[in-house]
Amino acid sequence: MTKTPKVSLRGLYKIFGADDQAALEHVKAGLSKDDLLAQHKHVLGLQDINVDMQAGEITVVMGLSGSGKSTLIRHLNRLIEPTAGEILVDGEDVRKLSEDGLREIRQTRMSMVFQKFALLPHRTVKQNAAMSLKVRGMDEATQDAEAMKWLERVGLGGYENHYPAQLSGGMQQRVGIARALTANTDIMLMDEAFSALDPLIRTDMQNLLLELQDELHKSIVFITHDLDEALKLADHLVILKDGAVVQQGEPQGILLNPADPYIEDFVSDINRARVLRVQSVMQPITGTEFAGDVDIRDNLESLIGRSEGDTTLHYRVTENGEPVGELNMRDLVKALVPRLSSTKS
Amino acid sequence: MAFYDGLFKTFGMSNWCGEESSDAPMSMADLLAKSSGKEAEGEFFPFPSLDNLSESCSSIIQSRDVTKGIENGFLAAKPALKNVLDPITQPLSWMLDGALWLFASTPWFIMVPILVAISWFASKSKPVTIFVLISIMLLGLVDHYDVAMQTLSIIFVCTSISVMLGVPVGIAMSKSDRLQRSVVPILDLLQTLPTFVYLIPLIFLFSVTESKLYGIAIILYAIVPVIRLTDLGIRLVDKDVIEAANAFGMTSRQRLTGVELPLALPNIMAGINQTIMMSLAMVVIASLVSAPGLGVNVLRGIRNLELGVGIVAGIGIVLLAVILDRVSKAALSRVDMTHMKH
Repeated sequence: MTKTPKVSLRGLYKIFGADDQAALEHVKAGLSKDDLLAQHKHVLGLQDINVDMQAGEITVVMGLSGSGKSTLIRHLNRLIEPTAGEILVDGEDVRKLSEDGLREIRQTRMSMVFQKFALLPHRTVKQNAAMSLKVRGMDEATQDAEAMKWLERVGLGGYENHYPAQLSGGMQQRVGIARALTANTDIMLMDEAFSALDPLIRTDMQNLLLELQDELHKSIVFITHDLDEALKLADHLVILKDGAVVQQGEPQGILLNPADPYIEDFVSDINRARVLRVQSVMQPITGTEFAGDVDIRDNLESLIGRSEGDTTLHYRVTENGEPVGELNMRDLVKALVPRLSSTKS
Repeated sequence: MAFYDGLFKTFGMSNWCGEESSDAPMSMADLLAKSSGKEAEGEFFPFPSLDNLSESCSSIIQSRDVTKGIENGFLAAKPALKNVLDPITQPLSWMLDGALWLFASTPWFIMVPILVAISWFASKSKPVTIFVLISIMLLGLVDHYDVAMQTLSIIFVCTSISVMLGVPVGIAMSKSDRLQRSVVPILDLLQTLPTFVYLIPLIFLFSVTESKLYGIAIILYAIVPVIRLTDLGIRLVDKDVIEAANAFGMTSRQRLTGVELPLALPNIMAGINQTIMMSLAMVVIASLVSAPGLGVNVLRGIRNLELGVGIVAGIGIVLLAVILDRVSKAALSRVDMTHMKH
């Protein structure tokens, strides 16, 4: 790949405890997380993380609780200090920044959205949205104009003079997103941003995020424990387990070729027809007779509906109107069966 | 023969102890025994206290030497302490005298409206304001207006200084666990030490005619809750909100003034309320060391057994307490409301 990643993590380690450098040696020598805790009373947070996050993409970091995903995202703006490794933002190592440099990067290059919203309860919605600009010392008029613009954009026009406690959870998180957008940073860090919301609102918010992303092309790092959410949002998916990356790549690829039993377990429960897209199962064009055209980004569920379950059909796949491949309904049906690990019945 | 004689003999310390054990000043028990004509009959197994040990061994000090030592130590340190503390605390005298003069020389028909106005702006509550007006009128009716104003002016000065000193200390404590660990025992000491006890060294240090004497006593006693609750309030601020403040690159000053202090305000206000109440409690005791005000009348009631004088002054103190408490509580509840009311 020739383009430089927006954010890249190189050999990142985090060990919680008093003497983390000594513990680091043990971990590098191959001590496991449980043994480290039992023998040295140190907790292994992250272990040799190497991830590239491209500009304009949504990178989703997924893992169960305790897998270190929230720890990972806090390393990007150094809310947590790493034990070892490099954190490169636009090629610049965040670890080498001075106090002022770090504050500068937090103010102007990265904004953050939190699971529990973390709005200032004593400020109005508008003041909350304008928080980052106020921190930077911008004049009141600019603050107001920018805050109002983004509040309108996330659908909160008319609520600017309310206080956060007067809004529902979904609306509060919209304020959280408006606050991050008002900061006008290239990078947005979203720490389980939608996990505290109920399912319907969560879907709304996911759609809002995708809509905004189509327009703004930010580099978003999104943390979640929900695979459906991860697959819906991700351009690049990183799966964490016990502080280490088990697999990363394009989400459809992970779904079709899970690298280990842990991920197979993960992916076996989801509705594959809704998540997988034509692109992932199509073949190069060989035939000439097709039952119709399908778009490369259609999901398999819509195709099953169109073919009415007939597995003998072939469809021509198009991207922006150009034919790019063909889809065999038999391949489609095969892709719907998760590849189970040999250890399971 | 004293019980512990054998002990010192066994350890071969008789020489160190000295032979003439009868030289030491006699204890009261010995004296009584002697006058009644028989040798003091020791307990079967007396507690190894300094007095009991020194009966067997005169080199060991007696308990009275401990208290004497403390007194001598304090007296030795007094000139140095006085040199340092006197200039530092002098402004307190000026402030107290100034406030007393100001409250006394403002005529009642100006003072009462001012007080009522203050309670209105602080509490924004009609019942509280009317209660304040009626209470002051009642106090005036029984000719206690002047003394009540004296008490009020002392509380006003002492509470203001407590807040000005206490809030920064509380902030510093909330930022440093080590500082918190070292200050909390001092606060515990100030709060539990009987109030009369810290009047004693103050009387030695300053002349009883100086107003800073009672000023310091009141402040030491009343500053504790505002420090404690400022510390607590800041530590209780939601960690997520602090994290958000950091993530958006706030400086520590911006975080303190924009996030921590506003969110800790309800707790700080509760601390100020407690500080006001405690300085009122102390101002009565401080009348022992010449603090003017309602406490003087209470003291007169006790000293001369003037039941009526004592009770009227006591009720006056209760009225003042209720006024101060209600006004500050109403102000506190308004702070709480700002972000919840629809």
